[in-house]
Amino acid sequence: MKLIIATIKPFKLEEVREALTDIGVRGMMVTEIKGFGSQSGHTEIYRGAEYAVNFVPKIKLEIAVSAAMADQVVEAITKAARTGKIGDGKIFVLDIQQAMRVRTGETNDDAL
Amino acid sequence: MTIKSFTKKGLASAAMIAVPSLALAQDAAAPGFDEIGPYIMTTLLFCMAGFLVFFMACGFAMLEGGLVRSKNVTMQMTKNIALYSVAAIMYWLIGFNTMYPGDFNGYFAIGGQTVLDAVGVAAADADLGYASIGSDFFFQLVFVAATASIVSGALAERIKLWPFLAFVVVLTGVMYPISGSWQWGGGWLSEAGFSDFAGSTVVHSVGGWAALAGAIVLGPRIGKYSKDGKVIPIPGSNLALATLGTFILWLGWFGFNGGSQLAMGTVGDVSDVSRIFANTNMAAAAGAVTALILTQVMYKKPDLTMVLNGALAGLVSITAEPLAPTLFGALWIGAVGGVIVVFTVPMLDKLKIDDVVGAIPVHLFAGIWGTIAVIFYNGDASLGTQLLGIAAYGAFTFVASLVLWFILKAVIGIRVGEEEEINGLDMTELGMEAYPEFSKS
Repeated sequence: MKLIIATIKPFKLEEVREALTDIGVRGMMVTEIKGFGSQSGHTEIYRGAEYAVNFVPKIKLEIAVSAAMADQVVEAITKAARTGKIGDGKIFVLDIQQAMRVRTGETNDDAL
Repeated sequence: MTIKSFTKKGLASAAMIAVPSLALAQDAAAPGFDEIGPYIMTTLLFCMAGFLVFFMACGFAMLEGGLVRSKNVTMQMTKNIALYSVAAIMYWLIGFNTMYPGDFNGYFAIGGQTVLDAVGVAAADADLGYASIGSDFFFQLVFVAATASIVSGALAERIKLWPFLAFVVVLTGVMYPISGSWQWGGGWLSEAGFSDFAGSTVVHSVGGWAALAGAIVLGPRIGKYSKDGKVIPIPGSNLALATLGTFILWLGWFGFNGGSQLAMGTVGDVSDVSRIFANTNMAAAAGAVTALILTQVMYKKPDLTMVLNGALAGLVSITAEPLAPTLFGALWIGAVGGVIVVFTVPMLDKLKIDDVVGAIPVHLFAGIWGTIAVIFYNGDASLGTQLLGIAAYGAFTFVASLVLWFILKAVIGIRVGEEEEINGLDMTELGMEAYPEFSKS
């Protein structure tokens, strides 16, 4: 089992969700986050004073899938979220040691 | 606002003495509309305009609630409803009769409590040349509340509740009424020919001076200015509320300026009231558009908070003379107000004077401008006298406020502690959040 953590541009969320459900992903967790990477921040002006926006709004996706499906998911997110401009985000793939479906008690791949 | 007439009762009473028969008495005691009409209409004007200016208290509350951070909103609302209520009581207790003492030395006369007309007052006992005492008192007291609201916005997010209210007690009961008597009470500035129709100086600059003194004594909010002198913006929590507040103030201003005609009993007076409405609206629109364009040009993006301040600065600018200018006159006078705001907000920041809502640029600087601008359309006003009035109100209010703030600071302390300020006044001073669900459910 793999946990795929992806940060994407907020306006790409709907496209990524569609791409993932198309390939059979049945669930995901979504969080609104702020952060910075290579894009770094930018400056804005409020009441005449310039200030740095150090943290840029992003969407974080967390998707747990079977190991066999992980590459396909990464590819789908990459394709849907890419604009080619700086700040498109990153994808991390982690191993999952254990999974449990709370309602039925099913474990691991059956629980995903 | 012209001086109140003091032709109190007594005029009609002579006619009442000779009463040979009941029929004749009724004839003599039933004045026609020409005699009572102006009294009724002017009283109505004061009531309606007073309602509108009362609603400005809501406008100030919403504007301030939107421009402070969410952790200080409950405190800001508490200060707003408390300051209005304190002002209402103080103005009854001594304020009204201190501001309108009748015959006095022109500088200073502490008045007693306000006493209303008798229940069901007869026409013969009413002040037929003016309006009912109740309507006049109410209309005047909503003005003093506006002055106190100006102070609360500038000092938001760091001043303690009770010292602030102690200041409001003195401001609304003593300071504002004394300086107000110089002009509207028929005092020395009115004698000198100073002209301030609805209070660019008497109301708005007075609030601005008191706020400036407070902001200097209190110091800026933690985190507003970095150690290397840079300004760090602290964005407000809800710009929709701030916009609502500005629109409410704009609406209230029709009462503020229109009611200050102080008469509605003739074709000329009622027409003047409508003329004032049109000019007031034009000045606000011009101030807003000016700030919109200026911030676009200077900063590449329009700044809504500046547009809101621009509209208010336009309103303050036209308040000293909303009657005489043409619509074009109102437009350019208001537009200059918008320019003043866009340039003086960053200027105050350079001086490290932290004014949370822009109250000092809007009410003090635009108020000074509006008071000077009277000379362009009102032939009775002179630059020298206008400057004299501005200086007199500035010196008295700023010094008295400074002294009072220092006394309060020394005796009870005016600022919350560092930790209280960082955690927000809502939880530390009141134990109550404005938006509890956002963090807890």
